[in-house]
Amino acid sequence: MNSLFTPLSWNDTGFILTGVMNTVTISVLAIVLGTVLGLIVGFIRAESNKLVNMLFGGLLDVLRSVPLIIQLVLFSTFVGAAGIPLDPFVAGSIVLSLYTMAFMSEVFRSGFESVPVSMQTAARSLGMNHWQTIYHIRLPIGLRAVFPSWLGVALSVIKDSALVSVIGYMELLRTSEQLISRTQQPLEILIGVGIFYFIISYPLSSYGRYVERKMAI
Amino acid sequence: MISIQNVHKSFGDLEVLKGVSLDVANGEVLSIIGGSGSGKSTLLYCINAIEAIHKGKIIVDDVDVHSKDTNKDKLRQKLGMVFQQWNSFPHLTVLENAALAPRIVKKMSKDEAIEIAKKELEHVGLGDKFDVYPTKMSGGQQQRLAIARALAMKPDYMLFDEVTSALDPELVGEVLDTLRLLADEGMTMICVTHEMGFARDVSDRVAYFHQGVIAEIGEAKQVITDPQNPLTQKFLSKVR
Repeated sequence: MNSLFTPLSWNDTGFILTGVMNTVTISVLAIVLGTVLGLIVGFIRAESNKLVNMLFGGLLDVLRSVPLIIQLVLFSTFVGAAGIPLDPFVAGSIVLSLYTMAFMSEVFRSGFESVPVSMQTAARSLGMNHWQTIYHIRLPIGLRAVFPSWLGVALSVIKDSALVSVIGYMELLRTSEQLISRTQQPLEILIGVGIFYFIISYPLSSYGRYVERKMAI
Repeated sequence: MISIQNVHKSFGDLEVLKGVSLDVANGEVLSIIGGSGSGKSTLLYCINAIEAIHKGKIIVDDVDVHSKDTNKDKLRQKLGMVFQQWNSFPHLTVLENAALAPRIVKKMSKDEAIEIAKKELEHVGLGDKFDVYPTKMSGGQQQRLAIARALAMKPDYMLFDEVTSALDPELVGEVLDTLRLLADEGMTMICVTHEMGFARDVSDRVAYFHQGVIAEIGEAKQVITDPQNPLTQKFLSKVR
């Protein structure tokens, strides 16, 4: 008897790998952009007055409190309705990067604020100017202090990237959903996908452990 | 020469310096003693332009420290300062700690900066610690590192703000020995200190600060062993 469903076969490898690559691409992009933007916003927040902080803080609170899946759907729907149809990859990258930025900026802000004022005064007393003190003292010490938190955010971004599937980006989860609906083998496929997420995240977390060991001074 | 002329300084409503005048000649070692809140540390911060003043003048080698036109970063190169908390830079090795400012502030080549840093570290007895991270060292060693780090900028003056106060008692001696060494070499020094023995033996003059003014100043041995002002007498009888 002919089944309606075609079982999983080696021919699906390319399809799955496309999903893996797309997950890696959007995760790396969001981590890089989120880190750069988060560094800038975190620094501005650590340096500026209450008013600027309140404005930024409000915006960041929204980004951090509204579930990512809702942000994705609302954003892609609104830009679509506004007549700017965005590719799911572009829309997903924008939302995921901003979401990452919101968490990263708080990580970096606490890093900058963790460097004791007296240490900065000591640097200034050696003749370093404001920016030299930031670049040579505050930045490296603050970043080391928050590296474990940075790593935690970066790892969760990889997993959160699965949600971009809801707006149609063909990343790992969406790839697997399509395979499941064709093959009706959810167990095998989800286990496989889980392993792939692990394989993507593992190098980052083990690199993180290596860096932490090196920095443990 | 450091010339302090009728300096006033307030934090909010609290006036901590109420007209302090004082000259420190080149090669002189001046110790400042006094109770907490007497303004002695604040004066050091004002000399180094870390804190602004509200009235009066501080002149270092003909440069008005608090004038708008003064390049304070440049000025601080000739005023080395060491604090109660040693403030080692934890991400740099001992050698890098001492070489950083010569390299980035004085724009020396890396080799030159390292050479000076090594020399100053050996000077304070840390010649075997170049590649150690400061957090692995004792407070006394970190404080000597802070001294070497300041000396690597080749300052003309050194300001010491209670540099032994945060140390365990058994570590005080090694830091005081380093200060003594510098004094013997002719460094001009202003030391805010609670070590009366050090003030008496090492400094040329001692100033006693009381509530933002200099209550007594004079030759070191005289102020410590035979104070004239009743306030100084009372303070010294308490700290002994």
